[in-house]
Amino acid sequence: MRPAVSTIWDWLAELPDPEIPAISLTDLGIIRDVGWQGETLVVTVTPTYSGCPATSVINLDIETHLRGKGIEDLRLERRLSPAWTTDWISDQGREKLREYGIAPPIAGTAPDGHVMARIGALGGNLAVPCPRCGATDTRRVSQFGSTPCKASWVCNACLEPFDYFKCH
Amino acid sequence: MPSLPDIMTPNAAELAKQDGGAGGHAPAPDADQDALVEFLLRMGDNALILGHRNSEWCGHGPQLEEDIAVSNIALDLIGQAAMWLELAGAVEGQGRSADDLAYLRDVWDFRNVKLVERPNGDFGATLMRQFLFDAFHFHQLRGLVASSDARVSEIAAKALKEVSYHLERSAGQVIALGDGTGESRGRMQAALEDQWSYALELFASDGTDRNMAEAGIAPDPAELRGLWDETVGAVMAEATLEIPDSDFAHQGGKQGTHTEHLGYILAEMQFLQRAYPGAEW
Repeated sequence: MRPAVSTIWDWLAELPDPEIPAISLTDLGIIRDVGWQGETLVVTVTPTYSGCPATSVINLDIETHLRGKGIEDLRLERRLSPAWTTDWISDQGREKLREYGIAPPIAGTAPDGHVMARIGALGGNLAVPCPRCGATDTRRVSQFGSTPCKASWVCNACLEPFDYFKCH
Repeated sequence: MPSLPDIMTPNAAELAKQDGGAGGHAPAPDADQDALVEFLLRMGDNALILGHRNSEWCGHGPQLEEDIAVSNIALDLIGQAAMWLELAGAVEGQGRSADDLAYLRDVWDFRNVKLVERPNGDFGATLMRQFLFDAFHFHQLRGLVASSDARVSEIAAKALKEVSYHLERSAGQVIALGDGTGESRGRMQAALEDQWSYALELFASDGTDRNMAEAGIAPDPAELRGLWDETVGAVMAEATLEIPDSDFAHQGGKQGTHTEHLGYILAEMQFLQRAYPGAEW
């Protein structure tokens, strides 16, 4: 008996991101497709960053979870195009990130190669609200952070350091 | 649109061949497959070797934040290398995986430019090299997004997002250190002069490049020079650094003639697979 595709999506929504367990794989927007091809369940996943070490863990988690639900005939496919963007993070996912202490991405602020136009204030022109106190008086400490998808920021008001989920 | 087989798929080469025959996904019919493999190795090896050089800073960065930045850039580049080399192996059709190509080729089979294999020097020199490469990489990937080969285009689109970020970071750091103290400016100027002739290899086109350009697979690197000059010029002006007045270019890396440094990189990078063939964890 083949479970409905919507049931599979519900099961996948139970899976946390291995590095940011506050949000699920479906919140992150990396599950691009779920469908049956004959008796085979095909789950299509797109990577966040090319070298993100969580990618193989995610594939393993998906396989383990679905096998635990009784799916025997399963294939995972990688899809590169269109490339993952933080625009695919669900509204619910954004809220969960904020509650977890990670400032969610600000849409439309991804780098575009117009280096000089963007670099003037060295990141100071991007107002990232502090996920703890909500103040917008914050500053970037580093363009990178504890995972490929994050940058390091600090709040000038409450003085707490925090992660910012980069717009990508 | 069919996608690349998963890295875990054992028979990637076979699947890629089927894909190639299915239409829509194959390169232009007149593209020379050997030249395409050569081109893909250049893409993969530049990313792999620069990624490895950056990874040497892991745990040794001058500040925690910079240590994290340089390690994350290494991770992006090595991830990109895995995609280019996986495709190179699939097009080659001899069953070689990305890992086989990374860990089991010797120096003369690597196709990276000499710039990326040079020792890191001080952190300013590492940043300068990264910026000179990022500025090229960005414009090259932007051209590759329009490739006639959909497999090339989709990897380029993925990598471009990451490299746009790398460029922004390295440009900002070059400006901060160039237009910094007397000490930092002196070091950045010396790094620029030291690396300039190596950076120019990026634009030295050969038959492989022309073959790729004619097939619409990749832009001719020589034609990216104008865009690169524009980006580099604007950043160096802001950084108060003087661009060397020389067009001499060290060449040969793209064809497999390397400096002595690459051998030492491979000795470290490939040690485990050489000592324990097929080891996995």
